Amino acid sequence: MTDLFAARSQMAMSLGFHILFAIVGIGMPLLMVIAEARWRRSGDPLDLELAKRWSRGTAILFAVGAVSGTVLSFELGLLWPGFMEAAGPIIGMPFSLEGFAFFTEAIFLGVYLYGWDRISPRAHLLAGVIVAVSGAASGVFVVIANAWMNAPAGFTLVDGTFSDIDPLAAMANSAAFQQVLHMTLASYAATGLAVAGIHAFLLRRDPLNAFHRRALTIGLMVGAPAALLQPLSGDISARNVAEHQPAKLAAMEALFQTRAGAPLLIGGLPDMDTKTTRWGIEIPAGLSLLINRDPKSVVTGLDSFPRADWPHVPTVHFAFQIMVGLGSLMALVSLWALFKLFRGHDLAADRRFLALTALTAPMGFIAIEAGWTVTEVGRQPWVIYNVMRTSDAVTPMPRLVYTLAGFTALYCFLGIVVAWLLYAQIIRSPREREWHRIYAPKPAVTP
Amino acid sequence: MSPTVADLLAGAVLLALTAYVLLAGADFGGGVWDLFARGPRRERQRAVIAHAIGPVWEANHVWLILVVVLLFTGFPRAFSQIVIALHIPLTLILVGIVLRGSAFIFRSYGGDDSGGQRRWGRVFAVSSLVTPLLLGTAVGTIAAGRVQRPTGAGFMADFVTPWLTPFAASVGGLTLALFAFLAAVYLTNETAEEELREDFRRQALASGVVVFLLAMVTLVLAWQGAPLVWNGLIVSPGALPLHLIVGAAATLSLWALWHRWWRLARVAAVAQVTCILWGWALSQYPWILPPSLTIAQSAAPLITLKLTLGALALGSLVLFPSLFYLFRVFKATEQT
Ligand code: HDD
Ligand code: HEM
Ligand code: HEM
Repeated sequence: MTDLFAARSQMAMSLGFHILFAIVGIGMPLLMVIAEARWRRSGDPLDLELAKRWSRGTAILFAVGAVSGTVLSFELGLLWPGFMEAAGPIIGMPFSLEGFAFFTEAIFLGVYLYGWDRISPRAHLLAGVIVAVSGAASGVFVVIANAWMNAPAGFTLVDGTFSDIDPLAAMANSAAFQQVLHMTLASYAATGLAVAGIHAFLLRRDPLNAFHRRALTIGLMVGAPAALLQPLSGDISARNVAEHQPAKLAAMEALFQTRAGAPLLIGGLPDMDTKTTRWGIEIPAGLSLLINRDPKSVVTGLDSFPRADWPHVPTVHFAFQIMVGLGSLMALVSLWALFKLFRGHDLAADRRFLALTALTAPMGFIAIEAGWTVTEVGRQPWVIYNVMRTSDAVTPMPRLVYTLAGFTALYCFLGIVVAWLLYAQIIRSPREREWHRIYAPKPAVTP
Repeated sequence: MSPTVADLLAGAVLLALTAYVLLAGADFGGGVWDLFARGPRRERQRAVIAHAIGPVWEANHVWLILVVVLLFTGFPRAFSQIVIALHIPLTLILVGIVLRGSAFIFRSYGGDDSGGQRRWGRVFAVSSLVTPLLLGTAVGTIAAGRVQRPTGAGFMADFVTPWLTPFAASVGGLTLALFAFLAAVYLTNETAEEELREDFRRQALASGVVVFLLAMVTLVLAWQGAPLVWNGLIVSPGALPLHLIVGAAATLSLWALWHRWWRLARVAAVAQVTCILWGWALSQYPWILPPSLTIAQSAAPLITLKLTLGALALGSLVLFPSLFYLFRVFKATEQT
């Protein structure tokens, strides 16, 4: 394994791990706040129990997110010093702002988790709202930094050095809005549907369980609208990619030849050597229609770029298919769920609905991993699109395969522990004595 | 000579580092005392430590991220040399940070399984001990002027021998002792139970003495190992006042501990640690990476520096009231 490949793999693995927790750090605080707000209005102890359980889960996931995020901030430098030396002054801004978002998030999460009986109920709810807002903000800032790698702006390049640096123009790059919108929706869609799906699964065995019913509803309230909007936001992203990163779009669609009336390719196995795709289904003129709103328009294919500037086409294409496929399913299930909610149907009574919702539980997370694969692998061989090659950014440190192996082992281990804790602490139905505690009559005051 | 914008940002890095040492450093120190908890009140000591760390450690930890971000934004060349030359210790630090944070949270939320709790407690405590050693080693290597671009002289020469020195190791030991000392002093303020307070007082006094001894060792090793620091701490005109201040703060903190003036001890310990850090920074000013890179040479373009300072100012408006609130909610009520 070359050091470059080890570095790329380690980066991919660390980001792929962190993002799972980051999504939850954005989505869960919202669910927790909704449950607590309901409790304050209804006084139903079940809502309080949900808010408390979810905040325990968030505490575990947030901590792992925080430490894996710390690893990333160092790894940007440890693995890609060439990149950070050039890019730091240009995109340091969103990272600094992200730092403050982390502060507020961590501070008020501490207040939220440990402050149940130390501050007023109103202040407690407000702390939860601040956690939710700053979680979303930290995601926004880091995605802006990433968007800059895809659509670099705010500098001029003279003989390989960056001059005329303008950090604000860098933040306002042409990919920022699309990516931020898509990623933020993705976080709510993934978290909301995951929570709904898990409780839908448990409801199939225990359909009368009030705890799971409540969780299902709140999960859907957050997840379904976001999942419904996601294909629209994806369309905006795709057209932006077509305009600014044509090689990535060509790889997503495995479009080897530039052509008018380009078809939309579903599935298929692209072969970079023969420049053909086998076993795909083509929808005639579909791609031209989607990208330019005109079935006869021309879409740039990979033949417009030197072979050395192609990303790995099969990876990008597969990942894109997975994201879009899962995204479509999630949107359909969400549509059904919202329909039922508006009609006032009993969600838990419909076993087919429960089964389908349970199936969507992991989909958002998989779609997000796939979407980031599209974005990041699709940018290759560039770390800064059309400006700096990944191979020029890598550290001179040799033997990176050892750190890759070490972090992979560490993260696998952590992943297993977290999964077990979440099951034992958060997801399983309350035991009998816990039901007693939830609905216990207040102990009589002894005179 | 008035300070430049780059100097101001370097000062901000130093302030963030100071906050990290004073706050997160004590959280590490708490882990050390968890490891060394002995005697009949062992479990109660551990409970006080966990209780003190729980609500604040994640916020305290963000100071380190701020240091990293400010370095790569404001001083990209220095950052890139540091992450290349110190790749190995920094990677080990990351492992330590990951294990410590997750083990702490796994222990707190692990439910009633006491065997599991003990194991996570052990992981938490051991990584709290190892990480400060490595952090200090990294700082010591910078102070020693051994962070250089790789010369191609081989793996060991470029990536290992720069930080594998007695001086760097002694700075590592000093860092660990300082963190433990801070933690013990803070902990005397964290409990109302007399017995536990006495335990922490003993630990504070002991670690205070260790700090003194290790500081002497570090100073002696600096003569050979870190000439610039040696010069700044012994020869330069500012050296004597600095030693007087550090010495006074150290004496005051021990004296206050002796007389059980808990709050005064805390203030003095904070002053002592702050002076040590700033003494190091002043002794190597204007170098950021002695002896090859000054603050000015490694600074980002002016516009970046200004915007970053602006962002810091703006962020502080949010940060400080929030921090104040956090500490008021969780720390003010402990004292009875
Ligand atoms: C819940 C997750 C999820 C779902 C259901 C979808 N996506 Fe997505 N997609 C992401 C999660 C995501 C992501 C992981 O969040 C990405 C990676 C980078 C980004 O900004 O968002 C992404 C990137 C991404 C990109 C690349 C952007 C770039 O490289 O700049 C495109 C073109 C799309 N998506 C298009 C779609 C379409 C047409 C979808 C239709 C269903 C879709 N996405 C559903
Ligand atoms: C799209 C990608 C990313 C998103 C949406 C995201 C979002 C988040 C969120 C919401 C958190 C809060 C903690 C949590 O929920 O567990 C977090 C933590 C963190 N992230 Fe990320 N992140 C992303 C990528 C990165 C990258 C590339 C870096 C490295 C520079 C990074 C650095 C951090 C750090 C340092 C923390 C810890 C903050 C703390 O201690 O509170 N993240 N991230
Ligand atoms: C958290 C969600 C993200 C995921 C899952 C992700 C995934 C990946 C993957 C798979 C690669 C390897 C690509 C390859 O070499 O083929 C990569 C590379 C990289 N990513 Fe991301 N990425 C994410 C977000 C970010 C963000 C927010 C940033 C920066 C702010 C970032 C910065 C980088 C850098 C610097 C590289 C290495 C250089 C390169 O390979 O181009 N990533 N990422």
